[in-house]
Amino acid sequence: MPAEILKEKFTGRVQEVVLGATKDEGGTRAYTVKLGGSSTLPFLQFEGDIPNRPVIAFEIWDIKPDWHECFAEYYSDVWEDPVAWAKKAEELGADVIYLKLRGADPELENSKSPDECAKVVKAVLENTGAPLMVEGPGNPDKDNEVLQAVAEAAAGENIAIGLAEKDNYRGIAAAAMMGKHCIIARSPVDINILKQLNLMITEMGVAPEKIINDPLTGGLGYGIEYSYSIMERARWGALIGDKMMAFPVVCLAGPEAWRAKEANAPLEDAGPGWGEQKPRGIMWEAMTAAALLQAGGDLVLMRHPEAAKLLKKHIESLMVPNVY
Amino acid sequence: MAFYMIGERINGMFKDIGEAVAKFDPKPIQEWAIKQTEAGAAYLDVNVGPTAADRVKSMRWMVEVIQEVCDTPLALDSTNYDAIEAGLEICKKPALINSCPCERPKIERVFPMAKKYGAKIIALTMDKSGIPKSADARVAFAMELVAAADEFGLSPDDLFIDPLILPCNVAQDHAPEVLEALRQIRTLSDPPPHTTLGLSNVSQGTPFRPLINRTYCVMAMTCGLDSAIMDVNDDELVDAIATAEVLLNQSIYCDSYAKVFRQR
Repeated sequence: MPAEILKEKFTGRVQEVVLGATKDEGGTRAYTVKLGGSSTLPFLQFEGDIPNRPVIAFEIWDIKPDWHECFAEYYSDVWEDPVAWAKKAEELGADVIYLKLRGADPELENSKSPDECAKVVKAVLENTGAPLMVEGPGNPDKDNEVLQAVAEAAAGENIAIGLAEKDNYRGIAAAAMMGKHCIIARSPVDINILKQLNLMITEMGVAPEKIINDPLTGGLGYGIEYSYSIMERARWGALIGDKMMAFPVVCLAGPEAWRAKEANAPLEDAGPGWGEQKPRGIMWEAMTAAALLQAGGDLVLMRHPEAAKLLKKHIESLMVPNVY
Repeated sequence: MAFYMIGERINGMFKDIGEAVAKFDPKPIQEWAIKQTEAGAAYLDVNVGPTAADRVKSMRWMVEVIQEVCDTPLALDSTNYDAIEAGLEICKKPALINSCPCERPKIERVFPMAKKYGAKIIALTMDKSGIPKSADARVAFAMELVAAADEFGLSPDDLFIDPLILPCNVAQDHAPEVLEALRQIRTLSDPPPHTTLGLSNVSQGTPFRPLINRTYCVMAMTCGLDSAIMDVNDDELVDAIATAEVLLNQSIYCDSYAKVFRQR
């Protein structure tokens, strides 16, 4: 008896978003990265096309981060210097550099000014070739000032700026439009707000091909299933033609995974059977990322080079065509 | 599942369209094409009306002038299949044939034509003897139509089965039978056929047309209705459909859901 392969026929697809601009396009990036574009569920290439594989972004900060000591081995020689750190991220295989401007947090002593932030971004752009994403310090007023300055400094480079949220998106959307950059729209693990925020940003005049969604992914063991199901539902919405759900998704796998005690605890504080911290931490991040890929992540933010290596290999195997 | 709104307004039965067709004046037709597209119509019904001298020529002309101003897919509405074929030949997007009853000679003409042009079909649960009353009889016709689709190499997904609603003032007992028929039609095949209604018929001759239309539409949606030939410029009706879609968990809620519904 012949077996018929069941193929879902979808009418919609995920919007394709290009990040970065090369010399020909008015920027200085060595290459651009395309996100989204899929017309099928994650990796189901037999019933639709996946024109762009998920990409890996490396997280870097503009100040020394408060991360677990296991990262010192990779980053201690660069994490006082965002430019050197960005170059290192490229060496380690980053498709995209994701710069968090934590140093601009107004709660900090010597909080960086918008001008200083713009200089950092400019310097990173001058010394690297990967497309760039820039996240503000997380304080609404300061985010607006900083991202405005960053958007101007990076004019022509088609970076992504964020995070735009429901109560703070106008200034950031305006800055993104002025500089012709992409915008990262974050919703708090809430699909209704995700959709509404996309509509509001679109109504401001931001083009669909400039919007990236951050559904605020939870880490493994700490609510990842909520994000997972929201991302699945968003992808489904996109595929059945809901244009306000059809934007590429960025997953903050690294930062979320490393908030877990299970990633950080040394052997002497570990729970029974947890084993050594080193492989455990790496796997915690890699597994968080791998799960979010299955839910439809288009760009995965990673922290640990070994976890990123594992994920890269995993993506390569998932992208082998499974056409019948 | 998304609800397909089929805009009913470009029909020669309406005075302005009838006159436009007679005089080959594209303006009223194009205005309604744009207005209905902006309201969120998935298809625009195109009917030359009873007064057109040459239906084939009029249909082709109407399709041409509509496609000059928008690219919304068209529902070619005629009992003259030569007129429909003339329209299909120049449709830029896959069209909907409106309609084919459950009569063998017509099925043999329409179904292969749909296959040839990649069109879908509004298929009526009736034959020469007229519209049946019971849900069972309507479903029996639907079953035959689904089988015929298979016979001619079409998928049930290519069918929009119309169980034929009648005015509630003169044929009140039909309304619940149609609801039951809709429920059963969804279970006939996998994938199920689409269903549709000439929604405005339900209120024909009553003084409460918009209220009756939107109430019945919501009731029918809970029974599986996923399209309707309707007044897409009736904002309260469109709001009711958008709301029903959300409450059936067919589209994702957001505060501006009714606006998003019209934009897709």
